[in-house]
Amino acid sequence: MIYFNNVTKKYSDNVCLEDINITISQGEFVSIVGHSGAGKTTLTKLILAEEDPSQGSIFFDSMDITKLSSKELTKLRRKIGTVFQDFRLLPNKTVYENIAFAMEAVDKEEDEIKEDVPRVLELVGLKGKENNFPHQLSGGEKQRLAIARAIITQPDIIIADEPTGNLDPINTNDVVNLLKKINELGTTVILTTHNRTVIDQVKKRVITLENGRVVRDDKDGKYML
Amino acid sequence: MNFIKFKRVVVSGCRNFKRSGFTSVASILIMTITLFVITSLIFIQAALNASLNEIKDKVDVTVYFVPNASEDSILNIKESLEKLPEVKDIEFVSEDQALIDFKEKHANDYLTLQALEELGENPLGASLNIRAKDPSQYESISKYFESENTISRGELMIIDKIDYSQNKMVIDRLTSIINGAKQLGFAVSLILVLISLIITFSTVKLIIYISREEIGVMKLVGAGGGYIRGPFIVSGIIVGIMASIATIIIFIPVSIWLGNQMTEFIGINLFTYYKSNFLQLLIIMLGSGTIIGGISSFFAVHKYLKK
Repeated sequence: MIYFNNVTKKYSDNVCLEDINITISQGEFVSIVGHSGAGKTTLTKLILAEEDPSQGSIFFDSMDITKLSSKELTKLRRKIGTVFQDFRLLPNKTVYENIAFAMEAVDKEEDEIKEDVPRVLELVGLKGKENNFPHQLSGGEKQRLAIARAIITQPDIIIADEPTGNLDPINTNDVVNLLKKINELGTTVILTTHNRTVIDQVKKRVITLENGRVVRDDKDGKYML
Repeated sequence: MNFIKFKRVVVSGCRNFKRSGFTSVASILIMTITLFVITSLIFIQAALNASLNEIKDKVDVTVYFVPNASEDSILNIKESLEKLPEVKDIEFVSEDQALIDFKEKHANDYLTLQALEELGENPLGASLNIRAKDPSQYESISKYFESENTISRGELMIIDKIDYSQNKMVIDRLTSIINGAKQLGFAVSLILVLISLIITFSTVKLIIYISREEIGVMKLVGAGGGYIRGPFIVSGIIVGIMASIATIIIFIPVSIWLGNQMTEFIGINLFTYYKSNFLQLLIIMLGSGTIIGGISSFFAVHKYLKK
């Protein structure tokens, strides 16, 4: 599904990722671990085509995403749901509108939006908070809203970049369980983290990055740094 | 863009405008200043034109005829002058009228009046006051009398003098002042409009810079360029409309005050001008407001839509 072919990413002379060759298949749950600065976030930015690789190519199914036009890029991003450590919600929109926006962006009908949004809010435990703005939510609630937004369009893949970085253990547990549940329903999940508890809880494939290189790729994940 | 998408963009733009609170107020304020400058310049141009027209009206060339010249010959000359394209109008002052005017002018000058009495007859000739359409055309009118083909020898004999050469310096100077004032007015207007446009563009750019992360999020959830840009353009247009309404309201007391205080000085009542040109001014303000608001938002967002 996703294939990194000899990918290197440099910012001027600073090498962030070097010679990366990874294949991620449909339905996998892949955790990418590493210390801060190991290149985890850069890796997710490359999949989202927010950044271009300095060398190599990245394929999504059979598309080389480094060669897409802005229209094709929009289509690609509709297949990917994203969850970030800093939530990246739309501050001027309510909980309901944040999710509805993602559906409107992919041209969903009004009836479908009215039906699906309450359902997903119930799933992530935000029922009753529809009219709140993001600044009126706790960290855990914001992250659950971000997950709700990521899954509402039923993407092929969810990229969660340090989603538990700003959360307490209870909320962390909730978020990880939600991601596991989403994966069980068939969605590919790519999770970056440096949280040992999260990795041990997930027990799936773990790719370890160190100084921009892949140093370990274990099928049954363990946290080893 | 289909109807549902268009509706969503408009609703979202209105909602953003309402929720942005302070930033929306700040944009309206800046846009109002720009529209105020544009409208003020329209007023200044109107006042300048009125003053210049008044001055132009006061300039004329007078052809004095010898006393006892036949009225028919003078009227003949008047008729042929009226055919000239440069001539706006001609006023005939008869010998008798000239005497009445002279007496009125010197009503307090006893010596002059007594000298006139002693002469026993009217020493003043008739005259023609010629007004040109433009001050620069007086020279060509005066040259008309110098050309032998245009006027008969007999008619030429009855002309006493033409005061053009005496007034030439004043007329020339006035012509250059009028042209200079027009050019300067235009240049100053252009600079002021440019400055206020740059300020408005920069403000909108700054406001959208604040929203750059939001735009990034919209891109990440797969929203297309038009769908991201649309609500910002709608908000920009609302700012333009609100600012036009504010400017229209501000100019009511301003023009009343100017009408009361400055009519004598500038030659027209600006409140009357505002009332009679209200629809035109409203269209100009609404047009400039929506265009400036919409276009500046379009370009400001465009920068963040790349990649």
